[in-house]
Amino acid sequence: MSHSFDEISAQLRGRHRKSARLKWISMGALGLAGLFLVLFFADMLNKGLPAFQQAYVQVELEYNEDAASMGRAAMDPEVSRVVSRSFERLIPGMIRDNPDLLGTTEQRWVLTNGDVDQYLKGHRSKLSEAEREVVDELVDSGQVALKFNTTFFSRGDSKMAENAGIMAAAVGTVMTMLVTLAIAFPIGVMTAVYLEEFAPDNRLTQIIEININNLAAIPSILFGLLGLAIFINFFGVPRSSPLVGGMTLALMTLPVIIIATRTALRSVPDSIRHAAFGVGCSRWQVVRDHVLPLAMPGIMTGSIIGLAQAMGETAPLIIVGMVAFIPDVGASFTQAATVLPAQVFTWAGEPERAFVEKTAGGILVLLSILIFLNASAVILRKKFERRW
Amino acid sequence: MQTNHLLAMFSGVLLLLGLIAFFLGRAKAARVRANGTAMYAQPDQYAWFAVVATAGPAITVGAVGAFLMLLLGANIPTLYLLAGSLVIAAIGLLVGMSQVKPDFHARQAIERVIRWVLVAAAMISIFTTFGILFSIIFEALRFFQMHSFWDFITGTVWNPGASFLAAAGRAEEGGSAAQFGSVPLFAGTFMITGIAMLVAIPVGLLSAIYMAEFAPQRVRTLAKPTLEVLAGIPTVVYGFFAAITVAPIIVNVAGALGLDASFNNAIAPGLVMGIMIIPFISSLSDDVINAVPDSMRQGSLALGMTKGETIRDVVIPAALPGIISASLLAVSRAMGETMIVVMAAGMRPNLTANPLEDMTTVTVRIVAALTGDLEFESAETLSAFALGLVLFAVTLSLNLVSVLMIRRFREKYRVNNL
Repeated sequence: MSHSFDEISAQLRGRHRKSARLKWISMGALGLAGLFLVLFFADMLNKGLPAFQQAYVQVELEYNEDAASMGRAAMDPEVSRVVSRSFERLIPGMIRDNPDLLGTTEQRWVLTNGDVDQYLKGHRSKLSEAEREVVDELVDSGQVALKFNTTFFSRGDSKMAENAGIMAAAVGTVMTMLVTLAIAFPIGVMTAVYLEEFAPDNRLTQIIEININNLAAIPSILFGLLGLAIFINFFGVPRSSPLVGGMTLALMTLPVIIIATRTALRSVPDSIRHAAFGVGCSRWQVVRDHVLPLAMPGIMTGSIIGLAQAMGETAPLIIVGMVAFIPDVGASFTQAATVLPAQVFTWAGEPERAFVEKTAGGILVLLSILIFLNASAVILRKKFERRW
Repeated sequence: MQTNHLLAMFSGVLLLLGLIAFFLGRAKAARVRANGTAMYAQPDQYAWFAVVATAGPAITVGAVGAFLMLLLGANIPTLYLLAGSLVIAAIGLLVGMSQVKPDFHARQAIERVIRWVLVAAAMISIFTTFGILFSIIFEALRFFQMHSFWDFITGTVWNPGASFLAAAGRAEEGGSAAQFGSVPLFAGTFMITGIAMLVAIPVGLLSAIYMAEFAPQRVRTLAKPTLEVLAGIPTVVYGFFAAITVAPIIVNVAGALGLDASFNNAIAPGLVMGIMIIPFISSLSDDVINAVPDSMRQGSLALGMTKGETIRDVVIPAALPGIISASLLAVSRAMGETMIVVMAAGMRPNLTANPLEDMTTVTVRIVAALTGDLEFESAETLSAFALGLVLFAVTLSLNLVSVLMIRRFREKYRVNNL
């Protein structure tokens, strides 16, 4: 059976078309992944940016006798309908703390309630027709306006969306990360130094190496079970505390730091070690004075990346109870606290529409911190990395 | 006195003793050297040896004592324990001082200690694995004493129902008996993992093929870190995205097709989890495809194969063990993933093949069992550990198979950087 040249070249064209098709399809796949990323960030920005603004109302506060027992009495009844209850509750306390206020009046911008806020932002809200008219009038007279949301960055959690903030969670995150770093960094670096510079190539070393690779692949929730069964139930570390959360996350971050440190140590050329041995340094002196300083940028980069991973982790922290409701910004390693991702999780479970925005706002803050951390890791590597 | 105060005092005194040891040791060594005697080590090294001799044994005794108290329930008063440690510290100080002699190798002694400290640090990773294993197995065994292992593995009804009443000794009032059949949970896990893989494997693999075989260098250097961003986003964020944005879209699309979808359908978490896993597959496959020797490509092209045929018939089959290994790692990752399913999948154990219905997974039940205000001893709480044990076993074996496959690939093509 023979083919004419035309048939063969047609066949060849077909084969090349197929080849080109694979190129376009695979390019499309990469494009699709990129599209997911763009859509995701657009969605988060769209949902979260409004959280950085909050509706405030200008009220005239009359500190009279009635207001000392019931905050609402200090305000014009028409206006007081749009004011957040969280502020009304503060008024009696303010008068108690400062009795001179009695009988004075004051102009002040205060939080509106969540429904007014959602209405102004064009979302669905539970306001009645009459209330909407009041709000519209106040907007026209400039007494109600959207302003930068300082509450969000200075308060803890609250059951009222307009009064909820991420400060308590941010403080909790910082404390938890301090514990994590204080445990994982020294142990991780020491383990890596041992494995790379000291360990003889025997069974024990191999077991440790396999173990570390395995630890890196264990689902994070199982670390939570470990934290619950061993740290909390056995050692009696206080539940929900940054201490137990940090310890649990430290065990999770350990393999990341060990693997990064080993890579950094391995990239230091042997000639450096030989030179140091040649002038009579002991093994430990070689490591301490020559290898470790040269590997430090790589170690720092790996640790920052590990820290960023731990900072976004939620599942093990839920298991050890770090999803507590924390209204006050406090700082103690042994008391209940929450962290940013756990706060996001808590808010995501709130039924009120206003919390969707808070959740997305919290996510934006979390993502910016993570992007900042990862970017600084990249910059650190670019700036200090040495090619031998 | 409170334990906290005692501990603070203990650390203070120990620190003071350490400082004394350091300065006394250095002064003595300096005096000996000033006399003109040749010494094996520097004064600072003698000083550090004195510090180690003071603090090391004392801290060890304190830690061992604390451990005995916790593990064996030995009742040693904290005051006596800490006082004992301090006495040992004082003895250590004297020993350290007496060792400041010209013929003592202080540096070698310190370095031996350092070496042991490093070994101890390396052992912590082993302790962690065993800690996870033992804590899970121990609690899971307690669960299997209450409910049979066979029912757990083969039962199709998961209904912890009133098991917390049984723990409180009021089982009679609690209506129907609790049932712990884990099949529906694993069905949900496999369903969501399967959907995730349907998204992640084609997109990830094709992206890897494009990056490794077609893309110009500039696209490559840009695309790789951009894809890694997907892996760096916290899972709780993906969970929110799946529940708030993706799930309603799926319900609407299903509605437009005349289908009835739950807001907690399995597709939304599966889809989003797939997106999350793309970079795992693409990055590992990319490395593997790059590791296939160029001579194979050259041979294939020399025989007149087109580029597409070379990739399909030569490169991919050669890289297959590595690609399978990457996919297995991704499966293990997806099965252990928690936040996305907790936030976007359902709570109801549901044995169904319809991904539009709500399904629950193993990790969701673990979280649900451990976050309530339940008694720790109840069967429902302990069931979390039984589920964790199965999860541990499955992910561990997936990882092991994956490691074996990549090792075979590495040996075949003699590449070392995988």
